[in-house]
Amino acid sequence: MSRRAPLVLLAWGAWVAACVLAILQARFTADLSAFLPRDPTPEQALLVQQLRDGPASRLILIGIDGTDAARRAQLSGSLAERLRADPRFTSVQNGTALASTADRDLLLANRYLLSPSVTAERFTPQGLRSAIEETLGLLASPLGLLVKPLVPSDPTGELVELVTRLTSASGPATHDGVWVSPDGQRALLLAQTRAPGSDTDGQAAAVSAIRQAFAEALEATAAPVQAAAPAQLLLTGPGVFSVSVRDQIHREVVRLATLGTALIAGLLLLLYRSVTALVLGLLPVLTGALTGVAAVSLGFGVVQGITLGFGATLIGESVDYGIFLLVQSRGGQGSLPDWTRRFWPTIRLGVLTSLLGFAVLLASSLPGLAQLGLYSISGLVAAALVTRFALPSLLPGRLRVRDLTPLGRGLGRLLPAAQRLRWPLALLALAAAGVLALRGEDLWSRDLASLSPIPPSDQELDGRLRADLGAPDVRYVVVVTGRDRERALQAAERLASPLDALVAERVLEGYESPARLLPSRRTQLERQADLPERAELQRRLDSALAGLPLRPGVLAPFLDAVQAARTAPLVDPEDLAGTSLALGAESLLLPLGQTCDSSPDCPRAWAALLPLRARATGPSALTIDSGRVRAALARPDLPQARFLDIKDQADRLYAGYLDEAAWLSLTGLAVIAGLLWVALRSGARTLRILTPLVLAVLVVAAIQVLAGERLTLLHLVGMLLTVAVGSNYGLFLERQAAGDAVEPRTLASLLVANLTTVIGFGVLATSELPVLRAMGTTVTPGVVLALVFSTILARGATREPHAAARSCARSEP
Amino acid sequence: MGDSPRVIPPAHPAFGGRLPLASLLLLLLAAGVQAGEWDLDRLMERLAQNPGGRVDFTEKTYMSILDLPVEGSGELVYIPPDRLEKRTVEPRPEVASLQGGELTLERGGQRRTLRLDEYPEAAAFVESIRGTLAGDRAALERTYRLRLEGGEDDWTLVLEPQGLRLSAVVRRIEIRGGGAEVRRIEILQPDGDRSVMELGPPQGPRTPP
Repeated sequence: MSRRAPLVLLAWGAWVAACVLAILQARFTADLSAFLPRDPTPEQALLVQQLRDGPASRLILIGIDGTDAARRAQLSGSLAERLRADPRFTSVQNGTALASTADRDLLLANRYLLSPSVTAERFTPQGLRSAIEETLGLLASPLGLLVKPLVPSDPTGELVELVTRLTSASGPATHDGVWVSPDGQRALLLAQTRAPGSDTDGQAAAVSAIRQAFAEALEATAAPVQAAAPAQLLLTGPGVFSVSVRDQIHREVVRLATLGTALIAGLLLLLYRSVTALVLGLLPVLTGALTGVAAVSLGFGVVQGITLGFGATLIGESVDYGIFLLVQSRGGQGSLPDWTRRFWPTIRLGVLTSLLGFAVLLASSLPGLAQLGLYSISGLVAAALVTRFALPSLLPGRLRVRDLTPLGRGLGRLLPAAQRLRWPLALLALAAAGVLALRGEDLWSRDLASLSPIPPSDQELDGRLRADLGAPDVRYVVVVTGRDRERALQAAERLASPLDALVAERVLEGYESPARLLPSRRTQLERQADLPERAELQRRLDSALAGLPLRPGVLAPFLDAVQAARTAPLVDPEDLAGTSLALGAESLLLPLGQTCDSSPDCPRAWAALLPLRARATGPSALTIDSGRVRAALARPDLPQARFLDIKDQADRLYAGYLDEAAWLSLTGLAVIAGLLWVALRSGARTLRILTPLVLAVLVVAAIQVLAGERLTLLHLVGMLLTVAVGSNYGLFLERQAAGDAVEPRTLASLLVANLTTVIGFGVLATSELPVLRAMGTTVTPGVVLALVFSTILARGATREPHAAARSCARSEP
Repeated sequence: MGDSPRVIPPAHPAFGGRLPLASLLLLLLAAGVQAGEWDLDRLMERLAQNPGGRVDFTEKTYMSILDLPVEGSGELVYIPPDRLEKRTVEPRPEVASLQGGELTLERGGQRRTLRLDEYPEAAAFVESIRGTLAGDRAALERTYRLRLEGGEDDWTLVLEPQGLRLSAVVRRIEIRGGGAEVRRIEILQPDGDRSVMELGPPQGPRTPP
């Protein structure tokens, strides 16, 4: 160790302590926001907000499989009962008639404000008469029993009107009083959590509460004597996904880091045969990893779990620097100045190209990629600095790592043979290009779901449960905005006329509107104004009732109710709390939050959503003619409304990411080429370094395609990283070859560095998370091919062994 | 009374020809009872064989809030096992159809569908008629105590609700008929209001339009 060692150790210790301090303050998340855009359009903002925090994000779909129908119904009832008593859930539905007295009380108490049939006309003698006749008719129908108690206070049938309008007739099938799938083999429940979807801890608590309640229900109710199969609980929904993805990312990060570190440490121990050398070799890695996490935490405020997953790759890259140092200098203090002079410039250039490769990721609008960029840049810089300035002072004077010259010589003998493979390589590259060209547009996956960390089996289960519940994903939505909640509601009310017309023209099957659940205050005031004053109503009622069999005096409660409604307080969204209407109103009427500043006329502060239902049958089944809807909404007298096709939006979002990733990759390639050109001052040498890398990427892409994969933007990023990492090999081979032939030890160090990179990314290829796997399966073969191709295309042959020995001797001081 | 005695030949080897006279008498007695008594099971059995069909009906609903009863007439269509339609023609056209767990009411161009499980009272009430027509004793006994009066040719089935919730709206349902035919359904409510539906002779099965 040099005299500077204590000082260096102190500085290093202080840096590590600072990083640890920053990491201790860091906030880690593992939700899906890594894949949501950073700078969304208003539509995307709404989409993202809905995905993260909207009422739909709070839904958990529950299925009970196995055992027999009666037992499933029993378990459904028992589970629902337990969850309803749990404050973590705002609503639990399983098909049983809830004590929906809260709904009924609200509707009954406010019927003259809420019912759309309350108009001035309805309270004329003719209007009253026909409404009352209708009600008397209902008395004789099977509904009579329900209607009779209401007649004295509600002879015009407003409550019946409200209830039948709000009761969805298209719910799931029921059996034994609970919801079941269409084939009857699964009991279904729908729970809404109090915690928003983005609160993964809250969602995790809700999920475990459901599992716990189900276990209790299983115990509390006796199993049938001979059950076909044990009862099974199925859970799905956005919250369930974010919980399982978080658990998975956590598991994966730990597994990948442990596995990668263990494999690389094993390899290094085998090579160095020295624990001291191993520890020193891992110092840059450790420092780099800590620096990377600290930088992301400081730069983004929050660290995505998936970034740490990608970060496993950093191990494979940063460990190389130590390898170059220890193998090329053979560890001795004495040879260090020589190493610094001969090898460091090459490594420095290699680090710079890698940095530029990662730097373009910083510009990505995907937070996950941008974080990966920052993490890798800061990690690599730290690792390189530790290698250059700290490691040399820390090397013990007597440290001798194993001499890899024999290995290098062995490899060297292969070189001439490798260089005979140039023509086969050209043919291979042509074949790869052919494969890619044939695939054409199909090469790329155009589906946002390809980025999703959710396994396809879970996505399929989600789709099945949604279909069973008759709650398909909402695809078409009309959005209107307003300065405040009231204005957004008014705007939604004004859209009723064009939308009703579209329903009549069979462009739509139907639509929902928050104004149906809760009319605007203006509409409520208009209805109040339409209600006649008591004496006047009495007069009109007298003439309306002439000839009808109603006994006089029976309707006194009606007169009281109308009188009270004339001055009753208006119904506000807060009044819906505790009723099933709240769920609907909350999901269809939302604050737009952050898009609004605090200026006095801040526009677009609230949005009303009107989901459209496509017709289930007919020529345009399940799709909506967006042109006709847009045309109908474009009338100048209507508030400005946006028609969203959410699937289309999501696909566009992804296409945007893909285009962006393509641009970033090309930019990265151009920047790396520019750097090499500047550093090497030769277009020919730059080309010689880049050609094998581009060919490697080409062949890897062809292999992926032949394996049946469709490429995603993570494959693309993997290609960029292949170029960034692989350029190191080319540089060493090229620089050495430029002067003389490749030195055996350099060759050996390249092979070892390549192996560690393969380990780092190869471990990713074993990941369950599609995004990590895509990266791993691209970079692992990519860097191997990059080394092989670089060797094949390297200029000149290796030095003869005796020449190498001489050169070593000569270079020693 | 059948010819059951001969079912067991006195000299059958299995009985060693020594079946006691008392046992024989008992068997006779049992056979007689089985063949002759008109009971709930027998009624349900007869009703369950109902092939479905349509009958004309007239209905009067008496209520304390009305001076006069509400009158109506039309036809009742039953398609086993679970579809029941009440097609009122007079005074205003209305179709109430019960299928599975849904009650659909069409009147004046308006169509309302109710899920019966959300309205337990209405459900119990319509189930009483459907359950009777289908001869589904188990379904009826889930909500009602059953009592059968009269003989095969002129019987009255009395349904009294078991639960408190239903008792609040229905006091008793009396269904009168002869053989497998239902002739009159009277529903009495706790407040004295009642409705009486008279049914004509069956018109044979028919598929509803």
